Amino acid sequence: MAAPTPERVDRIRAAAYRIRHYALTMGEVQGQGYVGQALGAADMLAAVYADQLTYRAEDPHWEGRDRFLLSTGHYAIGHYAALAEAGIVPVTELETYGSDDSRLPMSGMSTYTPGMEISGGSLGHGLTIAVGMALGLRLQGSASRVINFLSDGELDEGSTWEAAMGAHHHQLGNLTAMADINALQADGATDTVLRTEPVTEKWESFGWYTQRVDGNDVGALLAAFDNIAARSAASGQPSVILCDTKVGRGVPLLETREKAHFMRIEEHEWQICREQLTAGYEGTASA
Amino acid sequence: MSTVTTKAKLKTSAMIASFADPGQKTTSAPFGHALVKAAEADSRIVGLTADLGKYTDMHIFAKALPERFFQMGMAEQLLFGAAAGMAETGLIPFASTYSVFAARRAYDFLCLDIAEPNLNVNIIGGLPGLTTGYGPSHQATEDMAIFRGMPNLTIVDPCDSVDIEQAVPQLAASDGPTYLRLLRGNVPTVLDEYDYTFELGKAKVLRGGNDVVFVSSGLMTMRALQAADALAAHNVDVAVVHTPTIKPFDSATVLAELNTGRLAVTLENHTVVGGLFETVASAVVTAGLGKRVVPIALPDQFLDAGALPTLHERYGLSVDRIVAKVLAELG
Repeated sequence: MAAPTPERVDRIRAAAYRIRHYALTMGEVQGQGYVGQALGAADMLAAVYADQLTYRAEDPHWEGRDRFLLSTGHYAIGHYAALAEAGIVPVTELETYGSDDSRLPMSGMSTYTPGMEISGGSLGHGLTIAVGMALGLRLQGSASRVINFLSDGELDEGSTWEAAMGAHHHQLGNLTAMADINALQADGATDTVLRTEPVTEKWESFGWYTQRVDGNDVGALLAAFDNIAARSAASGQPSVILCDTKVGRGVPLLETREKAHFMRIEEHEWQICREQLTAGYEGTASA
Repeated sequence: MSTVTTKAKLKTSAMIASFADPGQKTTSAPFGHALVKAAEADSRIVGLTADLGKYTDMHIFAKALPERFFQMGMAEQLLFGAAAGMAETGLIPFASTYSVFAARRAYDFLCLDIAEPNLNVNIIGGLPGLTTGYGPSHQATEDMAIFRGMPNLTIVDPCDSVDIEQAVPQLAASDGPTYLRLLRGNVPTVLDEYDYTFELGKAKVLRGGNDVVFVSSGLMTMRALQAADALAAHNVDVAVVHTPTIKPFDSATVLAELNTGRLAVTLENHTVVGGLFETVASAVVTAGLGKRVVPIALPDQFLDAGALPTLHERYGLSVDRIVAKVLAELG
């Protein structure tokens, strides 16, 4: 498998930069929130929306679209940023995030937002729905894929593993899961809340084609997707990309801050965040 | 020479005992056959189960249309999450398990994945109320109480095979999620003797009567009709109103029958908390009727294991207990 071209990687890195920028815009509206998760997952979301998904921005319900399910409802801030990057949600609408009557509520809901396939938030739901979508699409002869985004915290939920078994049993080669392993959940570090490791071995033992990558390395993410594309149709095996990410990625001020599920950022810090984000992106863009 | 002693044969409990009376007319697996018929007319219909196909009559569908049947294993959260996902792709899933597992174990998945987006997923719950002697693990005595609080969900409590056969295509055709309290196996056939058709959302007056009005759902409508016949021998004239749709509730039909001087009795195969009685009571109070209503329902407790006839007698669902209760009320 040839490595992703530098041009492709640069294109996705640029998308990830804009997604991070949009996430900061939304975070500033609230003064706090799940900005750390959005920054950490931005490369994953960029790879999905700018490289992988087939969709029509002007017709989010187009039948032939690939489905991207956000199981972690609180990552909506990152998902809205990706939907803006994809042209499905207007960039100018992002500043309504979390406000009364906004189409962009704090937790992602399908009934509110164009392009939002499911209402996540009660964790451990997304992969079960993804199994049904993959079955339904296959039954109806659709070539569309289903990508479910989940978090390492969701590996606590038994339903995730019910779905993992179901996807393998039903040979859902049209299903890919992406797990954001940022090692953080509401009450603290994942390994102190409920140890989920060894994660790779768990997914492998459930019959999934399993890859573990640096989820902030765009080239590695694209290569993982390429590996799946090269084999899944023949194998009928569901795929998972386990993505180790860094909370606050791209903004050193937040990367080095004590990790918190719900991050508080002072009023004067937002501009610093933006400047650090841009400096980091431009400084390494040609690296 | 040995002495042979004969012990009285004990009544034993069975997981899926039929509640049909000896010699009663029954129909085999009405749900399974009705689902096949509906699915042959509508290619969007699919069937799912969580390792209980044989016990929810889903096996009939699985055999007839195997490519449209999906076994999800003993994983109820997956069952209903996947049903939601299939509905999102335009299919019309019927997903079966026991009522206890749907109502207690998978509630969050029914609520958020199916009811909130108002998907056309039809939840098929076996062993509703007291239809197994297996004990509280399998007796869904509070399923309607649990489900009545869920927005968008239509709740159907059929009486017999006629109700089930007629309900299935209507459940498939109605937008939004439904919950069917399944009667399976050899299901009594009762309502064919009456001028009756099932209409989703409608209550029907099955018979008129001057002294007492029964408002009943589920298998208790069968008992209500039998008790009405028995009470006639006591010169008590009983009307029976069948309310197979618990939510949305046909208050107009029921209140018109209750707003009289007759003794009003509700009959349900469910705890007295949160089911038909409280649905009727709520409608009565909301309308300002000030009418006393007598509940015949299961008590607010975890029930015994045992043989169904024993338990129905013990908890007041038998025809004899209904008759005795009505005669006592009439003084």
